[in-house]
Amino acid sequence: MQQYEPDPLSRAQLAAMRRSLRNGRAALTRRSLLRASAGGALAAGGLGALSGCGIPPASKTQGVSSEDHSAKEKEINFSNWTEYMDVDESEKHHPTLDAFTKRTGIKVKYTEDINDNVEFFGKIKPQLAAGQDTGRDLICVTDWLAARLIRFGWVQKLDPSNLPHAYANLSSQFRSPDWDPGRAYSYPWTGISTVIAFNKKALDGEKVSSVSDMLDNPKLKGRVGFLSEMRDSIGMTMLDMGKDPGKFTDDDFDATVARLQKAVDKGQIRRFTGNDYTSDLTKGDLAACLAWAGDVVQLKADNPDVDFVIPDSGYLTSTDNLLVPNKARHKTNAERLIDYYYEPGPAAQLAAYINYVCPVDGVRAELAKIDEDAANNPLIIPDKAMAAKSNAFRSLTPKEETAYEEKFAKLTGA
Amino acid sequence: MTTVTEAPPLAPTPVEEPRRPRRRGRHVPYWLLLPGILWLLVFFALPMVYQASTSVQTGSLEEGYKVTWHFATYWDALSEYWPQFLRSVLYAGVATVLCLLLGYPLAYLIAFRAGRWRNVILVLVIAPFFTSFLIRTLAWKTILADGGPVVGALSTLHVLDVTSWLGITAGERVLATPLAVVCGLTYNFLPFMILPLYTSLERIDGRLHEAAGDLYAKPFTAFRKVTFPLSMPGVVSGTLLTFIPASGDYVNADLLGSTDTRMVGNVIQTQFLRILDYPTAAALSFILMAAILVMVTLYIRKSGTEDLV
Repeated sequence: MQQYEPDPLSRAQLAAMRRSLRNGRAALTRRSLLRASAGGALAAGGLGALSGCGIPPASKTQGVSSEDHSAKEKEINFSNWTEYMDVDESEKHHPTLDAFTKRTGIKVKYTEDINDNVEFFGKIKPQLAAGQDTGRDLICVTDWLAARLIRFGWVQKLDPSNLPHAYANLSSQFRSPDWDPGRAYSYPWTGISTVIAFNKKALDGEKVSSVSDMLDNPKLKGRVGFLSEMRDSIGMTMLDMGKDPGKFTDDDFDATVARLQKAVDKGQIRRFTGNDYTSDLTKGDLAACLAWAGDVVQLKADNPDVDFVIPDSGYLTSTDNLLVPNKARHKTNAERLIDYYYEPGPAAQLAAYINYVCPVDGVRAELAKIDEDAANNPLIIPDKAMAAKSNAFRSLTPKEETAYEEKFAKLTGA
Repeated sequence: MTTVTEAPPLAPTPVEEPRRPRRRGRHVPYWLLLPGILWLLVFFALPMVYQASTSVQTGSLEEGYKVTWHFATYWDALSEYWPQFLRSVLYAGVATVLCLLLGYPLAYLIAFRAGRWRNVILVLVIAPFFTSFLIRTLAWKTILADGGPVVGALSTLHVLDVTSWLGITAGERVLATPLAVVCGLTYNFLPFMILPLYTSLERIDGRLHEAAGDLYAKPFTAFRKVTFPLSMPGVVSGTLLTFIPASGDYVNADLLGSTDTRMVGNVIQTQFLRILDYPTAAALSFILMAAILVMVTLYIRKSGTEDLV
């Protein structure tokens, strides 16, 4: 038994695992809860609790303007997700950031301190709620959290005159989300496609081309995975049921949950996962699962058994967005950095490295120079057919958000 | 001694003099306690007060939260999530018993039979702590993988048929079942059982065994009447150190379990971070704390030991 040697982990798996270990997207750790409860409770709550007055409403802090020190201080503090920026061979330098500094003289303090949306919200909430500087000039969060931050008035309106490239080159697909019409507050860093991934070996001849196949094929019982992100799992199932995740009602939502609940009760769905589905999929413990396309591109490169399919009913696209929080000291510098990444050159360099959907138009030629395959990969640069199938999950009112998250939590076992 | 002989017996001052150092000495323990007390005050008592206050608040992030003494949150949380509570107690209980069954013989071996290997084995017991909790738990996903050797062996021996019938595994797999979660909990908290057991076993005077033998006790009787009662403090503190964190754990249930193995820790995490229902999350935490406190009190009473360790 000790002779057993599991397959060595691939680079992509390691990266994904590292990400989920450091609380990858949607993954959880004991640290996140500890930090959120202890840190958050202390910082925001200590005094409030003693006086017994609770938490002030979020809207109270709206409209906090800030002084821009960009001209005097040539620097910017940029918080991003782990593994979300190009690195050179030594893994110490970020070539695109270095080029930006060289051109503008603006030093970028790049921190990979975002590992999970909900955790990061817990981290910045106390400062933003109190109308204080978070010490960050630029943050990158997924669209639903961006929507929440905009709703609370915790981020600053961007100045279009500093964003000529961004304005010109943003893909039409991402131009006007319902939570930020005309991109007044945010610009996408990457697009994230949610697709169906599968392991050919584990499928053993079964075919999976839709969410229905995942939910109904008895041969896949206990080997199907969904995502713990409510919008991804519900949205993909809605599409499969012929509903539009862009405009649905409470009843539609309940019907979708009921459909998934049936599969949970039957034992069809093995788990609702965060980033850790990547290792389950390559091992074959999961035969098919919902997956983020950026991961699949990497997994596929390392394991020929892993592949993906885009259901005929369509797939879900979300975005990770750059925002400037209230009281940020270097707003103009931040805007210049956003604009820089909307130039085809830097955008291509970034896309070639991180393998997510590039939100910038006119990058294909530049990308082909670096990586021919990536340029032709519809998961990185969507072609027309691909873009036509893309759907966005509509933004939710605060009440809906709570109610839906609660129903989804019950579905996943609470 | 010299001060006593030198002091003039009739003067009133020397009576006060020996008192002064004693009074100063009386304060020393408090000064020594101060850092610890401050630490607990800031990082334990204050958050507790805050959480207690949160649990009786109502509101939302938009409108803010106000203390409305809404105690119904407690009842709602309990009636909604009692299955997860029961499950937590059950899983933690089973894991604790397994830890005791696995840990006692090992602690016994280290304390009495290991000889020069004692330190090596102790280091091995602590060795898992050199890796992070998460990595250790993720390793179990490789060990118990569907196509892996463990599942293969269990399947060939038809063990999985039995466990499947009992409802603790599902079909031909162990991962994403209650068995996997309990295994993970047992593994992760085993050192917390072994170390206190070892410290209290190690203290037992070897001559007591000889005495028991001299009094015609068979080895098992000697163990039952001498060794085990003397190791009770270790058993009690070991079970507490295992049971309490295990019942609040959510990592094992999340990584090794499935939808039907979610424990109360998972519920609290979801409520706090995802649903942003802080009052319910706080109420659940307090119910869990109270439940553990009651169970632990009963247990300590029953076990009849004053010392822990």
